[in-house]
Amino acid sequence: MAGSGKLHLRLDSDPLLIVQDLVVQYKVNRKSFVSAVAGISFDVLRGETLAIVGESGCGKSTLGKAILQLPRPQGGTVVLDGVDITALEGNDLRDVRPKVQMIFQDAISSLDPRLQVKNIIDEPLKVWKKGTAAERSIKVDNLLNSVGLDPVVVRDRRPYEFSGGQCQRISIARAIALDPVLLVCDEPVSALDVSIQAQILNLLQDMKEEFGLTLIFISHDLAVVKAVSTRVLVMYLGKICEMATPDDLYAHPAHHYSRALIAAVPIPNPEVGVDKIRVTGEPPSPVDPPTGCRFRTRCESASERCATEEPQLQEVGLGHFVACHHPVTN
Amino acid sequence: MNQLLKLADFSVSFATPRGNLHAVRGVDLVVAKGESIGIVGESGSGKTVLSRATMGLMPSTATCTGLVEFNGVPLSNLSRAEVRNYWGTGMAMIFQDPLTSLNPVRRIGSQLMEGLIVRLGMPKKQAQARAVELLERVRIPDPYAAMKKYPGELSGGMRQRIVIAIAIACTPELLFADEPTTALDVTVQAQVLELLAELRQEINMTMILVTHDLGVVAGQTDRVVVMYAGEIVETAATKDLFANMKMPYTEALMKSIPRLDQSSGQRLRVITGRLPDPTSPEPGCSFAPRCEYATDKCRAEKPPLVTTQTGHQYRCFFPIGGSL
Repeated sequence: MAGSGKLHLRLDSDPLLIVQDLVVQYKVNRKSFVSAVAGISFDVLRGETLAIVGESGCGKSTLGKAILQLPRPQGGTVVLDGVDITALEGNDLRDVRPKVQMIFQDAISSLDPRLQVKNIIDEPLKVWKKGTAAERSIKVDNLLNSVGLDPVVVRDRRPYEFSGGQCQRISIARAIALDPVLLVCDEPVSALDVSIQAQILNLLQDMKEEFGLTLIFISHDLAVVKAVSTRVLVMYLGKICEMATPDDLYAHPAHHYSRALIAAVPIPNPEVGVDKIRVTGEPPSPVDPPTGCRFRTRCESASERCATEEPQLQEVGLGHFVACHHPVTN
Repeated sequence: MNQLLKLADFSVSFATPRGNLHAVRGVDLVVAKGESIGIVGESGSGKTVLSRATMGLMPSTATCTGLVEFNGVPLSNLSRAEVRNYWGTGMAMIFQDPLTSLNPVRRIGSQLMEGLIVRLGMPKKQAQARAVELLERVRIPDPYAAMKKYPGELSGGMRQRIVIAIAIACTPELLFADEPTTALDVTVQAQVLELLAELRQEINMTMILVTHDLGVVAGQTDRVVVMYAGEIVETAATKDLFANMKMPYTEALMKSIPRLDQSSGQRLRVITGRLPDPTSPEPGCSFAPRCEYATDKCRAEKPPLVTTQTGHQYRCFFPIGGSL
């Protein structure tokens, strides 16, 4: 697993976003680097919700941020709406930024505690000189309404007066203020309580329809991913394992890692026994990743070939791609 | 039934500038030896306060009333110093946040041995050997090296397992596990749950598991307690509860959680509104303002706790028969 390849790209259907061979490295010390994202390619069609799942430390958040050029990737290209934004510099890059926005896991700390809600949402509009103060004020009220907050009540308050769910609504309003085409959501509901989680997930769905957004949804919660996504990308140690539609992936996982991840989710039915775990141990250090397939050290089907040759993505079903020498057969 | 823990009319309130905050209200609960109980509910429903107050881990701003009986001894009459004697060997707790519940400036080994030396009076050598054994139990690779590390050098999953090792060090009769796996990845969660299940079998440990993960509840508990606004609103054997939910709140809570066995792209059910203000309890059913079945009676009168023949208890005038 943890392979490369571009067989899964759908370049003929004019995707909104094409990411090819993306590499993001962090410096560990003077000599060594860790490749948090180690050559990943994928595309997102307009109106899709692509979910990126994996264990903590697999590079999913780094991947999300690298799409926004925060940090700038060390290799590969990100083509948004036909423009290669990895080649842009300075003001040219700045001009693209409103098109891609991000919301974060910890909504409360991602809002400026000293600003009133109206100023938090107005800030991007002001920076980009979108209309007069009066016009912007109307736009702020409209945005608050569309995320389900009453402008009269919340306009003049500050973030600490709100719960986590309400803060997430405010940060969604801020993110869509500049009419982006792509919204990257990094674990948007994992810090929220169960009953609030459903409200925010439904809100994101509404926003997507109302504003014609395309979403990239980063999460470690497989059940949440299943509820919201139209395509799922499974990551392990900076590489792609598998890509498929959620129904297909959960019913017939082809990668040993995806299968183990899905099997590890407890089933809310007391009549069903607990599934035996198939993955033991923790992921190896990304500073010194295993040769060949990066998952082989924890894989029960690993062979010698897995140690020497990196698996490439292959199609095992319609729109279902897996990077594994010995895919799970159903 | 061999009764280990009994709570009777147990309440906890905090003095706040806005008035008394009633975090736990009139809880009656009996836990048998070897039983595993799941407590579920939204944040703010009182699950954590209930488990901490039972152990006597409350700040001085809290007022606890009612009875806590452990192994026949009424703990509520004991002084704080006397209750301490039950910690570690009688009751122990796995705290929710592994990142903050370990002391960052003490080595793992010394934190693990502390309980063994202080509570069990083990000599240092023996405590060391036992600590290594415990680390092996919770599957920490290279336990000798881990003993010398500081918490900051370990990953979240490893730290959570250290917290578990500390909690089970003195083989407690009753283990409170407050969201023990919430911060963990599914693969590590599965390992931790398997470990807890093994321990329960081996030393016949009783467990009270606070969680909002229905999958965990279904797989790990014999009985479920549903809390809302500080009260127990429904209790039943786990199988009974999943097949036949009486409280509209239980059903709404369970249905708002995304599940793997639902097809994708469906809209999630939500519970509208929020928990009532804990400083000013309403006269009627506490869930009535958010309940789709609520009538005038629900808003005016508090529903009593009804017990059916199978031991299913609920607090509702118009019980439903929902299932997942």
